Amino acid sequence: MTTPVLSVHGLGKRFGAVVAADNINIDIPAGQKVSLIGANGAGKTTFVNMVTGYTKPDSGQINLDGSPLGKRSPRDVAKLGISRSFQIPQLFIELSTAENLTVAVSSATDRPLSGVAPAEANGCRDQALALLDRFGLAAHADRPVSELAGGVRKLVDIAMALARRPKLLLLDEPTSGVSAEEKFATMDRVIHAVSGGAATIVFVEHDMDIVSKYADRVVAFYNGRILADGIPDQVLKDAEVRRYVTGGAR
Amino acid sequence: MTRSTYLFSLVCLIIAAVLFGRVIPAWTLSLATVAASNALIALGIVVLSRTGNVSFGQGLFFAAGGYGVALLAHSWGITDAVLQVVIGAVCGGVLGLIIGPLIARYTGIFFGMLTLALSMVLYGALVKTTVLGGSDGFNVGRPTLFGTAFTDPRDADFMLYAVSVVATGLAGIAATVFFRSQLGLMSLAVRENNLRVEYLGTSANRIVTINFVIAAIFAGASGALSLMAQRHIDPQFAYWTTSGEFVFIAILAGSQSVAAVFVASLALELVRSFSNLYLPNTWQLVLGLFLLAVILFLPRGIGSLWTSAKRKPNEPPPSPVIVEKGSAT
Amino acid sequence: MNFFLTIILDGLIEASWLFIVALGLTLVFGVLKILNIAHGSFYALGAYLAATAVTFVAARGLPPALGFVVMLVSVAIIAALIGLVLERGLLKMFYGRDEVVLLLVTYAVFLMLEDITKLIWGVNPIYANQPYELFGNVEFAGLFYVGYDLALIPMSIAIGLAVWFGLNRTVTGKIVSAVIHNAEMSASMGVRINRVYAIAFAVGVLLAALAGALTAPKISVQPGLSSEVIILSFAIVVIGGLGSVEGAAVGAILVGMARAASVHLLPQAELFMIYLIMAAVLMFKPEGLFRRETARRI
Repeated sequence: MTTPVLSVHGLGKRFGAVVAADNINIDIPAGQKVSLIGANGAGKTTFVNMVTGYTKPDSGQINLDGSPLGKRSPRDVAKLGISRSFQIPQLFIELSTAENLTVAVSSATDRPLSGVAPAEANGCRDQALALLDRFGLAAHADRPVSELAGGVRKLVDIAMALARRPKLLLLDEPTSGVSAEEKFATMDRVIHAVSGGAATIVFVEHDMDIVSKYADRVVAFYNGRILADGIPDQVLKDAEVRRYVTGGAR
Repeated sequence: MTRSTYLFSLVCLIIAAVLFGRVIPAWTLSLATVAASNALIALGIVVLSRTGNVSFGQGLFFAAGGYGVALLAHSWGITDAVLQVVIGAVCGGVLGLIIGPLIARYTGIFFGMLTLALSMVLYGALVKTTVLGGSDGFNVGRPTLFGTAFTDPRDADFMLYAVSVVATGLAGIAATVFFRSQLGLMSLAVRENNLRVEYLGTSANRIVTINFVIAAIFAGASGALSLMAQRHIDPQFAYWTTSGEFVFIAILAGSQSVAAVFVASLALELVRSFSNLYLPNTWQLVLGLFLLAVILFLPRGIGSLWTSAKRKPNEPPPSPVIVEKGSAT
Repeated sequence: MNFFLTIILDGLIEASWLFIVALGLTLVFGVLKILNIAHGSFYALGAYLAATAVTFVAARGLPPALGFVVMLVSVAIIAALIGLVLERGLLKMFYGRDEVVLLLVTYAVFLMLEDITKLIWGVNPIYANQPYELFGNVEFAGLFYVGYDLALIPMSIAIGLAVWFGLNRTVTGKIVSAVIHNAEMSASMGVRINRVYAIAFAVGVLLAALAGALTAPKISVQPGLSSEVIILSFAIVVIGGLGSVEGAAVGAILVGMARAASVHLLPQAELFMIYLIMAAVLMFKPEGLFRRETARRI
């Protein structure tokens, strides 16, 4: 059996009296599309924060391709090949869309940043524009991000996470803030923008239509524990999941 | 206009400014010399401010540069003006390399306060160090240039003017290049969202430190220039009001154009000279009113007077030193 | 033994007036979130006004005790008025903008007040020594102190208690505390924020000026006071925690003691010691010794 891309054992985290993670165990093989579902405060974002090194777990281990992440910072975790997008887009507001992507692209190279060579040089701007193009954002290239609508900002946020061609991509609510008609188009674009659809993606999602359509596997969280873990059909019909997460809508 | 043509024209501008010094009257010459030196250190503050951190303690490096050069002038007899500027820059830079990594982690008001505290630590130490003259400081001799001593004060003043303008001009060119570089763009990114910078795999602290060291280098060089102009060094170089004045020029200029820093510095010196001449004890009053007016009417600084809102595609956007609250989500 | 007592007493005397100034600064920061660079200028203003009041009273041959009271009351009233006018007339124009903007505005005010005081009172030192003899000289465990200096200690404690009482036991004080904790929430609960801001700023200025008035009899009042005092009170407030009343007290005692100790033990350290402590606090406990909020780090 090949090493899973992401392997999490016995992960635990408390914030005071709040249990954000309680003995979480997940193995994610390469190429799988996993959706994390659960009510607000169930521990999904904490999970993402711990996998990306932003929050240090109290207990347990996180392995990427078999090697433990240890106490690495988000920066080092990013360099290892884990990228994430954010629930509230984390962008460089005063810069243009192209500049936002250029920053992401120049960070992604292994070369040290130059204090002389222009920001656009070394193909950085070209790569940035190419990424924008994949998401259909080329028209916004020179507009400051502050002028963009919420859904568009979400896309820019995700596009930036792709600059490193990550092994593992974590998306925090990729379609929230995106209009109902655009949601599927957005997810289509995202899934295919990474390795032609072959990348390992973990996405936190509240919209069950999106979950049903795009997830190979669904993990349901509740109070920091995993309630259910399996194929969408199975998980979404599970009685406990319907009680604590989806509300029995399906 | 290609990049190299643009840079070449900037160099020509510096040469023209130097030659211009030959025709202006003596009082304008010394005024311009001081303005150039102040512009240099203010430019450093502007560079650093692009990472979102305003240093209220550049006096630390200003004094380090000044005292470093003064001590070497006394003990090793180094009087060459160019060498003194370089030594000043190195003193500032070395101190910046030591301190930078320690304080790069702090942001906003805490960063400002820390730089202020550190400069006051140096001030306190200098005042009580009798070997360095305590609060009186000590004098240094006239600088030379490439072995030539200038006995005619008019020539000496011009030499100092030329060195100041060239040093500041070169720093201005370096800053212009830097602003448009990868590191320059990354600096703005750090200001906008240092968390995202980290998540993209770049060390925000490292970027801040780089800008900090640049500011320290400029401040140290400026210290050397001020030392040469006053032929005297004292702890006041490190006092908080000295640092405050440099921040004043940076705020006045805004961070949109390097040229604005020179204009702002010149404006400050003109205001000071004319106030002292016609209404003694009022230049600070005028300055205060001036500052209020700028904050009210030109929140993006003097630079916004000639830089239009519409940017060229590859140019970083206008970034006010005073960032409006609520502009970053 | 006497040696330590000297340091302690000297330290407490220093701490007394430092506390009053720092209290004003920390209150203004706590309520309005403004770091008032002109705070030292109000201290100086208080000292100058006190000197004028004292001279005025002395010229009329009135008893020094009355002069002292007149001095304090007149300074308090004038300072509070100036505070109100400044806050309503100038500062409120800049609310809602970045914190650096207000900092620059207070810096502008500092610059202007520097020259305004020079224009009104000249550049030469002036003196207001008459009240200094009010309490005579006191002998205390073999040490001789000027009664006035020692009297500063209980006066300072009284002012501190008054402010504490005002903040914690009166309705207005509780409202001010609420604004300190969360201005937006308070406003949405119906608190007249503008009023609170105006009062807080006026009290801040009043405290600074009062400290200046109280110290005027023992110093020479001259230009340069404001820049010294602001940086010192700033250090205290940072050490104790911005916006914290207890912090201002602890910070003042710490700084006062550090000063007294250095003067007697290691004069070279006197000045930089305080800023070293300030830098250390900023690096290891940026929120100060008492404040709850933490600095943002990566």
